[in-house]
Amino acid sequence: MTTPASVSTVDLAARFPGIVSADSRPGYSGWIINADKLIEVATAIRDEFGYDLLSSVTGVDYPADGKMEVVYHAFKTTGGSIFVFKVQMPRDDPVVSSLVPVWKGAELQEREAWDLLGIKFTNHPDLRRILMWEGFEGHPLRKDWKEPFYEEELKPFKSRWPDGKHTIAEAKNPFRDNVQFPVGFDPEKYTFEDPEQALYTSLRKYQSEDKDGIKTDHILVNMGPQHPSTHGVFRAVVMLDGEDIVSLKPVMGYLHRNHEKIGERNTFLQNMPYTDRLDYFNSMSNNFGYALAVEKLMGIQVAERADYIRVIMAELTRIQNHLIWAGMMLNDLGAMYTPALYAFEERELILDIFEATAGSRMMCNYFRFGGVARDMTEDALRKTRELVHDRLPGKVDEMDRLLTDNEVLVSRLKGMGYLSAEDAINTSMTGPMLRASGVPYDIRRADPYSVYDRFEFDVVSRPEGDMYARYLVRIEEMRQSLKILEQALKQIPAGPILSGKPQYQVKIQPGEAYGRVEAPKGELGYYIVSNGKPNPYRYHVRAPSFINLTSLEMLCVGEKIADFVAILGAVDIVLGELDR
Amino acid sequence: MDNNELNLPGYEIPDDMKNTVAITSLDRLYNWGRRSSVWPLMFGLACCAIEMIAAQASRYDLARFGMEVMRPTPRQADLMIVSGTVTKKMVPAIVRLYNQMPEPKYVMAMGACASSGGPFKEGYNVVAGIDKFLPVDIYVPGCPPTPQALMNGLIMLQKKIDKESISKVRWYRKGADTVEVPVPILGPDLIDVRRIPDIKSKVAELSNPPAQREA
Repeated sequence: MTTPASVSTVDLAARFPGIVSADSRPGYSGWIINADKLIEVATAIRDEFGYDLLSSVTGVDYPADGKMEVVYHAFKTTGGSIFVFKVQMPRDDPVVSSLVPVWKGAELQEREAWDLLGIKFTNHPDLRRILMWEGFEGHPLRKDWKEPFYEEELKPFKSRWPDGKHTIAEAKNPFRDNVQFPVGFDPEKYTFEDPEQALYTSLRKYQSEDKDGIKTDHILVNMGPQHPSTHGVFRAVVMLDGEDIVSLKPVMGYLHRNHEKIGERNTFLQNMPYTDRLDYFNSMSNNFGYALAVEKLMGIQVAERADYIRVIMAELTRIQNHLIWAGMMLNDLGAMYTPALYAFEERELILDIFEATAGSRMMCNYFRFGGVARDMTEDALRKTRELVHDRLPGKVDEMDRLLTDNEVLVSRLKGMGYLSAEDAINTSMTGPMLRASGVPYDIRRADPYSVYDRFEFDVVSRPEGDMYARYLVRIEEMRQSLKILEQALKQIPAGPILSGKPQYQVKIQPGEAYGRVEAPKGELGYYIVSNGKPNPYRYHVRAPSFINLTSLEMLCVGEKIADFVAILGAVDIVLGELDR
Repeated sequence: MDNNELNLPGYEIPDDMKNTVAITSLDRLYNWGRRSSVWPLMFGLACCAIEMIAAQASRYDLARFGMEVMRPTPRQADLMIVSGTVTKKMVPAIVRLYNQMPEPKYVMAMGACASSGGPFKEGYNVVAGIDKFLPVDIYVPGCPPTPQALMNGLIMLQKKIDKESISKVRWYRKGADTVEVPVPILGPDLIDVRRIPDIKSKVAELSNPPAQREA
């Protein structure tokens, strides 16, 4: 099992007396830093104590104490457990200096905290709303902000059939729709401030210049939100000089489904099916991270057989994700459909196992706190063994043989979209993106969870830092996953699949926990705060797809517009997780 | 080519002329042509889009229905499969895409989210069903619907097309039957342009509650 988050060998309070104090609230851990000294202390955390990877930045609203809190989670890329530090501010004027000068990876996450909680980060290079649009009324994750279809503070709600009469949410809203408007709002006099204007002015200023007596100018290209190659409803605004990208801004929020607000109304178990819909390719990995976080809060052990089943499911998920990624990558390069169809053929076989075990192809909702929902039948195990031993290794090799030396693929990927190891760490990249930049950081090894410490496997990494390295890392990772699967299928013990009794309502002590797994796309973390009620007080998802895009501009500037699609594809994003 | 479907029932065609001659009505010919080549818009919103891709792939193979030609541009598409959660931020783009599609055009709400908001209905950025803005022809239930369910929906759409008549479909009718939907505006919240007077009166009512007016 993982070491509890509170175990930390660093004594920050002794290093910064009077500035840093230990977080002494019951169930909490980490350090509270004076807001005005944040940059100084954060630099020391990075340079003196070696916590070089800022994993997650998020805010929590405590209206009862009149405080807003920003929570930072940092790790060492050499491995080890978590380092938590926090900043507290008065709730009516939450201002803190931005950490972007120390960790560039904080950029998008701080924008999200501004958007959803209204925390102002001074010296942030581009503090705009990120998930909602510019001009939206209010900051939704504040505890006193209520959505238009607000019914009650916490689920389970009272009967929707009072006295045998059915009611719908629309009937309770004065506008009969999922909208609300501020007092005195007049839609006819509403001056339409273009929300796009702030976006366009945020692009790097570009001076047109004379080239050989010809005056050139830049072109703005909007890609998405409806574009066949943006993997969903992602949008990028690209500034071009001829064909070269000179500046780029990702625009997101087109699939912002309010997981975190809904998650704070749900009970702990009700959130499990919602996690499925984050990264909808990998519902099992999403379940995994959430279950780990809540189990940490509950302080319970997982049944051993369930732990093995979890690993089997997570690794099968990783294989199908990487297979589809390779197929889609080739789609993005112009080899329409054929490789993707090869990948989908194998994916269907893996989904069959999910369907046989969890009951659903994609949205598995399979993990429970302390175990899994249903046992894996002998039949399903036999099918998995067949797949893992006889079919998938050959298919991975086939993909490898078809693609790896393909001239088009090599010439399009080699040397493109370069990211150095320093930049990758500084921009909080995780997963295959980080490993392809020469940092062998895999949470399964660096901070082992579940039963991953019992398996033999290599952490795949490549030093090149280009797109070809990202491709090779993923192909090799499939082989390593197969290796883990072989061992897990051999070692899986008999026994119960749940450590306690199955229950709808779990008892959870007040406190906080951060559970993380190595999802196929990177570090998937869940930050959960409980106040002892049956619902999480704060439910935050650290989404790898989202944070891996921090470096998108860095990757693209200087490349051609035609390669943008491939660079974006190589990051491997899924919009459900990106926008949450 | 089997033209049994094309032939009007009741007209016996000699055996040697079967599959070369058909006696049929213009409506039937027109519908037969259209139902066999419905080109969907290549447009994925969320989780359902993955099942839509799976339906295109080898195991389910939508090509059997003449529907494999996914068009990334709305100008060449007949069917909009709204495959996922419709958010307020996205809905102006969806309405624009719909307006750009040439008639005849159909809309399928795939999955719980597109039909009603689904599990995310209570979210502040979620539109509770695309039918608040676009006329939906087929609803496919499921979260996400399996490829089988999607195919069933498409077969239902074919049946619907079979029942149409050139003289009655709304896009060939004379008069001001506009199929263009006004694009909603992103203000303090999503503003449905068609409901502006309604919103105005409701806001005024809420801003000055009756109790205050009496005092």
